[in-house]
Amino acid sequence: MKNIWYVAKKEIKTYFTSPIAYVVIAVFLVLVGFFFYSAIWWFNSQSIQMAQNPYYYQQANINQMVYAPLFHNMSIILLLMIPLLTMRLFSEEKKIGTDELLYTSPINVGQIILGKYLAALVVLAAMLILTGVLSVFTFAYGNPELPQILNGYLGLFLMGAAFIGVGIFFSSLTENQIVSAILTFGALLLFWILNWASHSASGMWKSVLDYLSFFQHFDDLTRGILDTSDLVYYLSFAFFGLFLTHSVLQSRRWR
Amino acid sequence: MIEVEHLTKKYGDLVAVRDLSFKVEKGMIWGLLGPNAAGKTTTMRILTGYLPATEGKATVCGFDVFEQPNEVKRIIGYLPETLPLYPEMTVSDYLDFVAAIKKVPAATRKSALDQAVETSGLEKVRKRLIKNISRGYKQRVGIAQALIHNPDVLILDEPTIGLDPAQIIEIRQLIKSLKGERTIILSTHILAEVTQTCDGAVIINEGKLMASGSLEEISASIRKKEGVTIRLRRAGDEAATVLREIPGVEKVSRQDGEFAVEWSQGKDLREAIAKLAVEKDWGLLEMRPVAMNIEDLYLRVVSGGIEP
Repeated sequence: MKNIWYVAKKEIKTYFTSPIAYVVIAVFLVLVGFFFYSAIWWFNSQSIQMAQNPYYYQQANINQMVYAPLFHNMSIILLLMIPLLTMRLFSEEKKIGTDELLYTSPINVGQIILGKYLAALVVLAAMLILTGVLSVFTFAYGNPELPQILNGYLGLFLMGAAFIGVGIFFSSLTENQIVSAILTFGALLLFWILNWASHSASGMWKSVLDYLSFFQHFDDLTRGILDTSDLVYYLSFAFFGLFLTHSVLQSRRWR
Repeated sequence: MIEVEHLTKKYGDLVAVRDLSFKVEKGMIWGLLGPNAAGKTTTMRILTGYLPATEGKATVCGFDVFEQPNEVKRIIGYLPETLPLYPEMTVSDYLDFVAAIKKVPAATRKSALDQAVETSGLEKVRKRLIKNISRGYKQRVGIAQALIHNPDVLILDEPTIGLDPAQIIEIRQLIKSLKGERTIILSTHILAEVTQTCDGAVIINEGKLMASGSLEEISASIRKKEGVTIRLRRAGDEAATVLREIPGVEKVSRQDGEFAVEWSQGKDLREAIAKLAVEKDWGLLEMRPVAMNIEDLYLRVVSGGIEP
């Protein structure tokens, strides 16, 4: 357990002494801020129109009209940003030769992987927590439902955790960071759009494709539905990524 | 202390190390000597548990490298050929991290760090980022990380490569000062490194063992013939004929006013030669052994002119 923490601590330090974490977090916040602003602006103009009609006015819901689309936008930005966070995790160690230090130390590969995974999760959490500032405004001037918002954040975190699992796996495959980032991005996008293919599929294939798609599971979470099958999906995705990483690193050393 | 038995490592069809066996006693500095691509780094990587061997066995302090890797990793300090440094970390942060993953207890980590910094002469740069320090200091940080958990065994892969002559001398002195309780193996392709720092050597080429043992043992084992070169004040060509008549002498040659006398291994004719020179009143000025030395051997190994 301690070993995992040592590796994680070192990775977190590296994230924050190099510009990577700052740039990724800053760009993420700017984009999220922009989407938030446009969603609020749209919500405002809709509210004014709806105010004409008491029936529609009842329907105006800041969670559905601001947060749900915002979470969707954030998940897309995460899809673009996570590969940049994970690309160096193993690629760089291999490239600069520090993997030799790690593998000749009395800690095992699993601990190294978990340490790095934990560090990336910390940066992800920092990204998401910092966007919480935006909710200060919605709570000050409106009455959104907190549980639903937290549910959305939980969804984003779990999805990010699954993304990081995939990213770490591709990082362990190559010593080239760009290649690692592109492969991660490609794989994530593919899983994202799997449900497009499901429209033309039928029967079992349709449900398999739907189940595998990131999008399908995330939709529930943004609407405030907490379904264990979604949790299991994301966690098993992350676990599978880490498991493959472990196999790759072990086999590489036995070749 | 360190025992390697019939070690073989194959990368696909390429055999990097074949049937290598050697032994290093406790408290010695041993050089792993060979030209580039001789299998030095592979051997060291196997000893440190970075790579598994294809066949054979290696033990360090009684622990099997393959069966008990974590025990071995605890007692080995390793400086890889490519320095395993994180450019974005400061020297002290880096050493602290290494101490942590090498299982130095938290309570003694601070003093272990101070000790390693002092031994390796890093006081001036300990707060600086590794990417900003000079090559010589980087090498020292590499040695400091190998030392930080006070290991019984140090394995240094090309510790002086890429340094200027003054730095090479400093690092060699540093390595010598680390001896004592520790057993050290260092690899190099430079013979002078071995003759100046090491007690013994393992000479390999193309993955095969050429010679191993203490420097004297190696020199002795490679001498098929022994002999002396003598310098005489008063002697003509007839001296060669007279020398040849000493029982056991196989060859006498004259070069630049000196006579080289050779005989087969195991005998010692120096006394007889000296006696004869006095009897004949040749005026013996100098007598020195001309056995083939380790340098000749190494040159022949490198140029591929010798079989084990």
